[in-house]
Parts: sequence; C-alpha cells; structure tokens
Amino acid sequence: MHFEPSEEQRLIEQAARQFAAEVLRPKAAERDQKSLFPEEELRKLGELGLLGVNVPEQYGGSQAGVVAYSLALSQIAQADASVSVAMAVTNMVAEVICAFGTEEQKQKYVPRLCSGDAVAGAFALSEPQSGSDAASLKTVAEKVDGGYRLTGSKQWITSGDRAGVIVVWARTDAGAPVDKRNQAAGLSAFLVEAGTPGLVAGRPEHKLGLKGSTTVPLTLDGCFVPDSARLSKEGDGFRIAMVALDGGRIGIASQAVGIGRAALLAAKDYSKERKQFDKALCDFQAIANMLADAGTQLDAAQLLALRAAFLKESGQPFSQKAAMAKLYASEAAGRICDMALQVHGGYGYTQEFPVERYLRDVRVSRIYEGTSEIQRVVIARSVLKEFSDHAS
Amino acid sequence: MDLRLTDEQLMAQKTAAEFAKSEVLPRAADIDREHRFPAELVRRMAELGFLGIAIPEQYGGSGLDTVSYVLVLEEISRACASTGVIMSVNNSLVCDPLLKFGTEEQKQKWLAPLASGQLLGCFALSEPDAGSDAAAQKTVALKDGDGWVINGVKNWITNGPNANVCILQCMADPPGKQAGHKAITTFILPMDLPGVRTGPADKKLGIRGSQSCQIFLDDVRVGRDLLLGDVGTGFKVAMSTLDGGRIGIASQALGIARASFEDAGRYALERKTFGQPIANHQAIQWKLADMATELDAARLLTLRAASLKDRGARFGKEAAMAKLFASECANRAAKECVQIFGGNGYVEDYPAERHYRDAKITEIYEGTSEIMRIVISSALLKE
Repeated sequence: MHFEPSEEQRLIEQAARQFAAEVLRPKAAERDQKSLFPEEELRKLGELGLLGVNVPEQYGGSQAGVVAYSLALSQIAQADASVSVAMAVTNMVAEVICAFGTEEQKQKYVPRLCSGDAVAGAFALSEPQSGSDAASLKTVAEKVDGGYRLTGSKQWITSGDRAGVIVVWARTDAGAPVDKRNQAAGLSAFLVEAGTPGLVAGRPEHKLGLKGSTTVPLTLDGCFVPDSARLSKEGDGFRIAMVALDGGRIGIASQAVGIGRAALLAAKDYSKERKQFDKALCDFQAIANMLADAGTQLDAAQLLALRAAFLKESGQPFSQKAAMAKLYASEAAGRICDMALQVHGGYGYTQEFPVERYLRDVRVSRIYEGTSEIQRVVIARSVLKEFSDHAS
Repeated sequence: MDLRLTDEQLMAQKTAAEFAKSEVLPRAADIDREHRFPAELVRRMAELGFLGIAIPEQYGGSGLDTVSYVLVLEEISRACASTGVIMSVNNSLVCDPLLKFGTEEQKQKWLAPLASGQLLGCFALSEPDAGSDAAAQKTVALKDGDGWVINGVKNWITNGPNANVCILQCMADPPGKQAGHKAITTFILPMDLPGVRTGPADKKLGIRGSQSCQIFLDDVRVGRDLLLGDVGTGFKVAMSTLDGGRIGIASQALGIARASFEDAGRYALERKTFGQPIANHQAIQWKLADMATELDAARLLTLRAASLKDRGARFGKEAAMAKLFASECANRAAKECVQIFGGNGYVEDYPAERHYRDAKITEIYEGTSEIMRIVISSALLKE
C-alpha cells in the first residue's frame, strides 16, 4: 500500500498545475467578476489532454486513469473553479459515451469532446421540478419514424449554452401506465448536438459563484433526434445517469479539494504577513489551530477522493466511496473557505483578495451532482445493507 | 498510488479479526467493569506476535510493517480498547525506540524479550507537573561514577503496574530547566531495580482494563548499559517515539470508532419505533452516514502515515493529523452511538457507554489534540 502518485499521474498533475498557475490564475478574478466563459481556456485544456483524462487514447483521450483525473482537476480548481466544473462535466460526458455508446457514437463525439472542438459537454438531467428525485423527470421522448421527438424543460445545465454535445434524459414510457415505484425504468438518454432545431438555451442564471461557468435552462420543443442518438437501450437512462454521477462525484470531490487548497494556502500566506499586536497572525494559536484543522480536513478529503478514484480505476465497486468523498470534501472545503475568509478579516470580504470568490465558488459543491443529503442517503443505504447482509 | 493491501497485511488483519472476535470481544465488558488487566489476552497477543509487529524477526518481532500494525491494532481495539492500548504501548513506545536507538547489545537483551512478549514494557515521560511540556520534567539523573542516580515521579504510566521494563525520560546532569530540551535523556529502566516503586492503579473514566499508575524513583542506580541513545538526546528519542505512537493511538481510535459505528448500525436495524426499525429514519441514517464517512477518512489518514513510516519518509505531520482526526472521529462516533442506543446507551448492559468512555482518552494521551494542532500548524507554516 502506498499513496504516492505514479510517474504518469505526477506528470499529468504537473501539467495541470503549470497551466493553472500560468494561464488560469492570472485571469480568474476577472472571469468571475465579468462572468466570462473560458472558451479559449477549455480549448487549451483539450490540447493538454485534460478534457478526457480517463478516456482511451483511441478516442482522443489521455488514458491516464481516474487518479490522474482527480489530481489534475484539483489543480485546475485551485486556480479557477469555474473552469474546473466545465472540465469535470466534459470529462464526465466523454466517459459516459465511452461507457455506454456505440462505436459510431464514440468516434463521432468523444474525440471532439477531448480536443475541445466541442467546447464542452453538458449533462441535462435536472428539471424545474426534478432534481434529487431524478426518476420523476417529465421531459418526454416520443417515438417517431426514424427517431424521437424530445419535449420538455431542463434546468441548471452547466455549459448548456456552449456545449457541442449534450446528454439529455427523457421518458420513453409516455402513454404507459405510470408506476410510481418504477419510474426509473422509463428513462432513456440521448446525445443531442448543439444547434439541433427545437433545442433552445435560455438566459444564463445569475449565480452566487462559479460565475465563469454558464448554467442555463434548456427547452426542448419537439426536438428531433435520430435513433442513432439514443445512448444504450430504451429504459437504460437511469442506470446511465447513476453510473455517470458516481464518477462525477469523484470529480466534484476533487474540485472541492482544489478550492479548499487554494483557500488554505491563501489563509496561510496571509497569516504570515499580517501583523497585529506586533505578532504575525500565524503566531496566535487561535489562527494556527484553524490552519491545522483545515490542513487535516483537506488531507482527509483528498485521501477520500483519491481512494474512490483508485477503486474506480481498478474496476472495483466505488459508489459508496465516491459519495463519501463528495460529501466530506464538499463540506470540508466549505469550512476551509469560510475559515480562510475569517483569517483575512475585513479584507477577506472584499474582492481585493480571492477568498470571497472561493467561498462563493465552493458553496455549490454541496448541491450539484447529488446534494449532501442525497450522498448521506446513498451512504446510509449502502452501510445498512452491509450490516443486514453481514447479519444474515 | 496503490491502495491494495499485500497478502501478508491481509493475513495479519484476518488473524487479528478472528482473535478479536473469538477471544477479546467476549471478555471486553468484564475487563472494563472489573478494571481488570487482561493478562491472558496479553499472553495470547504475545503468541500471535502482536506485541512486536513491526520489529524484525531477529529481535523477536513478527517482521511485518507499520501498515500491518495499524490493521491489527484497529481489530484489537474494535473489540477492546484497553487491550488495544496495552499492545500499542509495547509496540510503539517501547519496542520502536529500542529498535531505532538501541545498541546491538540492548536490542538482544531488551528488545527481543519485549517484542516477543516475554516481557511487557511501559514508557514514562509525563509527570505531575509535566505533560505536553516535556522540558518541564523534574525527574533527574545525576552522574555518579560510571552511571547515574535517578530521582523523581512519573505520572499516568500505561502498563506501569504490569511492566517489566520502562523507557524512562528524565533530565540528565547538569539538571534543570535551563538546559531545556537538551537535558532530556532516555534510559532503559528494569522495573525491578532497587528504588523503583509503582503506585496504585489510577481510577479512570475509561480504558479500565489498561492499568496506569505513578512510578516513584528513589535513588535508582543505572549503568551506562541502560542509557538509550546519548545523554541529551532524549527529546529526539521521545519525539520520534511519540510520532510513531500517534499512529498507534490513531489506530486504537479507529477501533473505537468502528465499534461505535458497527454496534450502532446493528442496533438501529433491530430497534423499532413507530412501527419500523429506527434505521429507516433519516435522522438515524444521517448519523450512520457521517460516522462511516469520517471513519473511512480517519483510516486513510492513519494508513497514509503508516505507509510513509514504512517507506522511511517523514511522517510526523501526517501522524499528528491521523491522531487528531481519528481521536475526534472516535469521540463523535461514540457520542452518536450512545444517542442511537438511547436509554440502552446509558447502561452497562450495552457496549455504547464503554465506547463513549474509552474514546475520550485518545484525545489526550501521546499528545493532546491541542499539541497535535501545534505540530500540524508548525509543519504547514514551514511548507
């Protein structure tokens, strides 16, 4: 057992760190303040192989595995969380197509996603009335000659107005009797290209944070997609979403680790420079203790994220462990960002320092790709099952 | 990165789990209630090689690694935290410094019987007026011919009433606080030397099967052969030893946290309120989810520190993080365990209240949580 990254993992992390420091960090505050979408930066991430880190080389990916992905994503998030979420969703979409797509679908979409030619990928599951309860979604895919007509509304779609490829979930059981207990069986997933007639992106949301990333509602107004756009079989949609989100949670955990690390480093540096009562802040135990707790929790968060990544990479069950990583990392990073702002005092509350951005950016990590509450449901169900299996 | 355990590590874990389940767990409640030192379990641990796990076979140990030590100690402590700390002290605080700082002769004479469990060890640093502040010790070794004469009092010495050998910290000649850390010196102290006397076992909140006591040293004469390291290197010996000890206490805390989690989880599936098992209520599920998550995080921190130690890398900060996190995790888990057991959590018929009492010490000994935060923040600020 050892925790050190391999040479390849280190190289990917190093490439991400360098890009983050040289290209992303200098303009992160500006992108946040002006809500600028990082289109050019995403293209460069594609050139570096960071839009398909865990995607096979034959489809344009880096084939470097999930641990490398986690390490790289944390580095990008440390500089700019908005860029990292577009990166995370694009990787997730590329991976989900690799996992469930036909050879034709993989060849058509995955290289474009990995290179950045598609700008980004998007994942359209949530709806105005359906978030955590995904199986209750209402968008309908009506079977027509040669394909489907998609009709409905999607909500909170990251990069939804920029993405070249969007995975859209819709019901293929319309007209069949609604069985509340088995709603999930009626879901299917479709690959919808930007510009498809009937697909309209709404006004980007004004958000608390992640202002460099766009989040939009999507309207599907009888949007026609051919049979070849369906991902896997009819009725497979819920399973596809859950598999994708299991992996996605490793991404969000890694993002939270990156934001938390940025906040801890900012607090540490500031506490060394700032003097009060003739002493540096870090020489007060009250402040040093905050740093110690933040450092410990950050390491715990990263170890959970990397453990989940390692399990996924080595083909073992990882759903419970990804939920733990996402739950713990998002909550720990939230505490760390809040601590960092407190250490900065009044300065921390202004845009002169980056910590207020970190605090705003990190907040959503407890919400998207499964709220903390949903993670606890996932974890509790799985540990209780282990207890009852063990007892019987 | 490779988080798989080796076959050897898995075997050690399995052996410990079976022993813990069949021999330790059935005795744990009685050991606690009777404040009884589990001599028969210590003998069995000696037979199983658990008293010198990471000590090379040539010195009486099992020749395994620190990761195996963590795995075994978690299993033992999951069944009985008292038995866990007896094992932890002998491994981390006694065998480890003898291996690292002892001469070949000292290793043959002392390490071999300690690691194989023929003898049991204790470690004495704390005093009535010196705990976290090691340089405030008042026990003094005055030079006398070729040897020293030691006088002083040591406090809260785990295994003290039962030990044959003590790794003793004191201030060497020239004595006094002026010299500070540079005066601290370590001796291998046979407990049957004239002038060594142990007080009555402390009455404690928890880990009642592990006995601790005061050690009184009145004109105890020791020769150069009992000096561990050099005069004045005791602070280094103590700090290095406690770095490793923290991995042990973190592992003990993991065991207590796991016991709390598993006992609470099983109880939640059996106990019914409002017509259904309380495990069906989200309020209970939330507690279990948080316990499980923190327990995993604590274990990863502990195993990381252990694997760094095994690879010869620096691990002081990581061990402090593991100890801080695991001990606080164990306390939260034990508190929620009592809560999930409700009224049954408050009575001795169920294990919850024992976990709750046992957990507390892990935040105190081998460096309090407050000292851990100092260690961690100092390291972070230097990075």
